[in-house]
Amino acid sequence: MFKNYLNLFLCLIFITSCGDNISPVDSGLENQIFHFGNGSEPQGLDPHIVTGVPEHHILIALCEGLTSSNPKGGEPLPGMAESWTISEDGRVYTFNINQNAKWSNGDKVIADDFVWSWNRVLTPSLGSQYTDMLYYVEGAQDFYDGKINDFSKVGVKALDDNTLEVVLKNPTPFFLGLLSHYSTWPVHKETVLKHGSIDDRNGQWTRPGNFVCNGPMQLKTWELNNKIVVEKNPFYWDAEMVKLNEIHYYPVTNVMTEDRMFRAGQLHSTYTVPAQKCPVYIEEGNPNLSIDPYMGTYFYRTNTLHPVLKDKKVRKALAYSINRKQIVDKVSQCGQKPAFSFTPPGANGYQPKTEIPYDIELAKNLLAEAGYPNGEGFPVLEILFNTSEDHRKIALAVQQMWQANLGISVELVNMDWKVYLSRESSGDFQISRAGWIGDYEDPNTFLDLPMPGRGNNKTGWVNREYEKLVNQANQTLDQEKRYDLFRQAESILIDELPVIPIYTYVRQIQLSPDVKGWDSNYLDHHHPKYIYLERD
Amino acid sequence: MLLIFLKRVLAAIPVLIIVASLTFFFVRLAPGGPFDSDRAVSQEVLINLQEAYNLNAPLSEQYFDYMSGVLVGDFGPSFRYPGRSVSEMIFTGLPVTLELAVYAILIALCVGIFSGVLAALKRNTFLDFIPMAIAMIGICVPTFLMGPLLVLIFGINLELLPVSGWDNLPGDKILPSITLGFAYAAYIARLSRGGMLEILGQDFIRTARAKGLSERVVVTKHAMQGGLIPVVSFLGPAVAGLLAGSFVVETIFQIPGLGRFYVEAAFNRDYTMILGTTIFFSAMIVFFNLLSDMAVMLFNPRARD
Repeated sequence: MFKNYLNLFLCLIFITSCGDNISPVDSGLENQIFHFGNGSEPQGLDPHIVTGVPEHHILIALCEGLTSSNPKGGEPLPGMAESWTISEDGRVYTFNINQNAKWSNGDKVIADDFVWSWNRVLTPSLGSQYTDMLYYVEGAQDFYDGKINDFSKVGVKALDDNTLEVVLKNPTPFFLGLLSHYSTWPVHKETVLKHGSIDDRNGQWTRPGNFVCNGPMQLKTWELNNKIVVEKNPFYWDAEMVKLNEIHYYPVTNVMTEDRMFRAGQLHSTYTVPAQKCPVYIEEGNPNLSIDPYMGTYFYRTNTLHPVLKDKKVRKALAYSINRKQIVDKVSQCGQKPAFSFTPPGANGYQPKTEIPYDIELAKNLLAEAGYPNGEGFPVLEILFNTSEDHRKIALAVQQMWQANLGISVELVNMDWKVYLSRESSGDFQISRAGWIGDYEDPNTFLDLPMPGRGNNKTGWVNREYEKLVNQANQTLDQEKRYDLFRQAESILIDELPVIPIYTYVRQIQLSPDVKGWDSNYLDHHHPKYIYLERD
Repeated sequence: MLLIFLKRVLAAIPVLIIVASLTFFFVRLAPGGPFDSDRAVSQEVLINLQEAYNLNAPLSEQYFDYMSGVLVGDFGPSFRYPGRSVSEMIFTGLPVTLELAVYAILIALCVGIFSGVLAALKRNTFLDFIPMAIAMIGICVPTFLMGPLLVLIFGINLELLPVSGWDNLPGDKILPSITLGFAYAAYIARLSRGGMLEILGQDFIRTARAKGLSERVVVTKHAMQGGLIPVVSFLGPAVAGLLAGSFVVETIFQIPGLGRFYVEAAFNRDYTMILGTTIFFSAMIVFFNLLSDMAVMLFNPRARD
């Protein structure tokens, strides 16, 4: 009797599974359908509301800004603007809108679409979280803060249908890079207003069937927590370049599930690689493992208002007694690079010249000078981190290094993500782990963070000289002089160490060899119009 | 029986109101808010965001607004997913979770009752030991281990079934249903064995056999009716547990069910979503418990007193 049931069960499996056993990766190759592991369910598809990397992966296919990301990194490429001119003082940008640029419903993209869209981003009641991206535009912050009510006084104007003029507060050399960030991209005015008001966060315009945008793909279906399908947009100005017919985005939150999906041929690319599998894949020489440099820094924040940590000698002692090489080689083990500067080296040609030595003697002396010889009398500090096995391992290594090298004890405190954020923001921490990923390819995206009054500073550190140098750099047009000023600022930062850099991130994914046109770049922006599927 | 049913339904209303009220205040006590993110927003932006969701109003006003919305079936908008209402998200995830639960419970019932009854009938033989040992493994092995193991065997090594998804590829519902069903099958097997053993030793079974009835009739008509009462009482909480507790299986198999929304809502401090799903699951638990009590009364007249 058991045998009968077992046979029945196996037959059932056989019948259901042998109908069409071709894997999605194989069938995708024939139909140019790209199966993409996308981390988590996107918050939404409104470029003015959402924040996050999974959202960016989808929006880069659906919409396009004045410029578009360069697949090989570096200077942005033309997008909705086919060309532009910059005034001598670097404050006035005149964009010539591509005359073939169309929305996915066939309407022409005009300069006023950008004016209306930026007005929308800066409307306070919309609650956009990336308004500061546009604060470089003259009058933008005043409009957001309610100091001016007339948007025509903000420095963005449509001179005619095809010409957009943007006036900046100061020369901002990275402004073109900012424009490839989705918060500055246009939305289709008529569609948004058809489904709600200008400041309606809950408008239904982003639903399949309603969604209109101007990117290489258009929204086909959206099954919540299951998958989002985008298909080729025939109205895209560069449609000839687009080879993919569809992209299927899967919000796979569990990294092990994603790994299994890739191994079973259900995905062409994964969002990440499980940390414990990365060293194994490196050792095995897994040809699907792709590790690229990524513009991000893993670091420890110190609370400079804390009675012990306010002494820079203590912060230096802590930083100099961390063996970064050992952490990347033995703990993170996935190709990360030890960080000796806060800004990752090579961001748009910027090379910081700072050093953070691993020098136990020097660290001990510094601690002794601070009044704690051999760690005596040093209070037990806490390292705060959000619950994650990877963060715990690094914190354990740092704890052990400080114990062995300085003779001091620290406690590890792991908290749920929101509790961790809340404690960091309210200054209720001593040392906390953090990470920062660049929004655009320029050192300013990092060096702006420790500026006084910035919400992401969180360390309580205020240094007017640093602030002056960063501000000065952002008003300097000559790139070399500008980078020199940034280097000086960075030297102050690394001398003061309110942030203790640990390593520079890498982007580690599994990528099918069928995927072509997937170039490595520092921001990990992969424009779908360059990607296609082909088997060697 | 109708009176009992109505009484229980009426008693459920204050339970749900208390659950909703406690959840409303407790989620606000938890540190961190829905708009905290690693890219901190300025105070002005935060105020505007809170304004957009009426979070700047006094708590009492927010509470009465929310509760009056719930009374007309409006659970409010999700904070995490702009443009989505909580009701819409619940009703998107619910059919998937229900379908998974139905398959799992069917597998659990078929496998569990069959092996439990068999083990009781063949007491102290291999046909008792083996199914009960498997049941013990089923109880001990958690779904987060069982799922990946089944995936490794049937999905990756034998390449027979998809490793994840729901309604995306042929056969992708098999492994999650078995994973979830197996844990419950193990409980049901043990409960049915215990229930059957108790009944099989009773006088009326001896009488039935003495009357010359066939063993099949004795077991199916007389013994199982009483022997499976523990299983029936277990079914109510089990179905509710399946609905609310399918999170692990939904995550392992990338299933777009309600369980994932529930847990992620708590991590995201998506207040309205936490409230909506908690109220919904509470209602489900109350309802299925009621249903199982009714079923027990139907099977066992003594329980009606």
